[in-house]
Amino acid sequence: MSKFKKKKGGDLPAISTASLPDIVFMLLFFFMVATVMRDSTLMVKNQLPVADQIQKLDKKDRVMYIYAGAPSSRYVDKYGALPRIQLNDKFATVSEVGAFVLAERASKREELQNVLTTALKVDGETKMGLITDIKQELRKVNALKINYTTRVGAYSQNID
Amino acid sequence: MAKRSAPEVNAGSMADIAFLLLIFFLVTTTIETDSGINRKLPPMEEIEDPPIIKQKNIFSVVVNKNNQLLVEEELTDIDDLRRLAVEFLDNGGGEGEEACDFCLGARDPKSSDNPDKAIISLKNDRETSYKVYIAVQNELVAAYNVLRDREFLRLFPNERMNFVDANKKYTDPRTSPEEKERLKPKLDEVKLMFPQKLSEAEPSKTN
Repeated sequence: MSKFKKKKGGDLPAISTASLPDIVFMLLFFFMVATVMRDSTLMVKNQLPVADQIQKLDKKDRVMYIYAGAPSSRYVDKYGALPRIQLNDKFATVSEVGAFVLAERASKREELQNVLTTALKVDGETKMGLITDIKQELRKVNALKINYTTRVGAYSQNID
Repeated sequence: MAKRSAPEVNAGSMADIAFLLLIFFLVTTTIETDSGINRKLPPMEEIEDPPIIKQKNIFSVVVNKNNQLLVEEELTDIDDLRRLAVEFLDNGGGEGEEACDFCLGARDPKSSDNPDKAIISLKNDRETSYKVYIAVQNELVAAYNVLRDREFLRLFPNERMNFVDANKKYTDPRTSPEEKERLKPKLDEVKLMFPQKLSEAEPSKTN
């Protein structure tokens, strides 16, 4: 009888939008997870050198960052083109490194204060003199664990 | 006859699909973490009468202001640095108490006694470029890693991985504490066989 009646091609059914929120949430979560927050804006050029014998850096809360390199193009007028150190959001001199490290150390939880690593994010074109000065300052405040942050790749890319 | 419209597509499973995708991305993406070469600076205080080190136990690497590399006072290409450093560390020229039973080197009496005595001294100029310095550091660390890999594979063939991988596994927060406990003595043993003795001199002044 009419049990297997052929369906009439009526109006097209509206596509349900019930899952739209899910998709949006999915994207949201994805970006939440995948984005790395940068806590300070870079004011120096930061083309890191390349290395392949590398180790991963410790957890975020155990690391303090010191940036160095020539000022970015929009700061060149004001600060010149010689490599400089950047601490947090401003340019600094070598003598300020010690105070910065001590302040950073004091802001961390007590159990982390002895395991802090200083990550040196230094532009590849910088001269070693500046880095040596930073290292001397770090030794003065007994911040001995350092990490030369690099990109991954063969060492030969450093030599031109 | 009643007018019939096509039935609505069931959207109930859409959420499942969405979650499936979400979980897929969650699992596959790794949050970008910084990596680099870890170093430890020497403490500031001066050591009273420093130990006397025989010249043959020192492997001197100098990078001058023109980014040229001098290894043992000879102009060297950086591509040879890793090999030369491995040869030096693995030499095992010592005798009697200072003999090195696991070294496979040439046992040249003019080179290092054993890996424990061998010191690599790195000196750079203030005008040296950071890029080149990192490349040199990288090669020196690589030399240690080559030897540590070899010994780790020899001593612990059951692990089916080399030192670098084992160390990576050890530092990975996802590794279980039991696994870490198991790996630690093995890693320490190999580290003790080839201790990283990399000394950096105070920088020379440009002249």
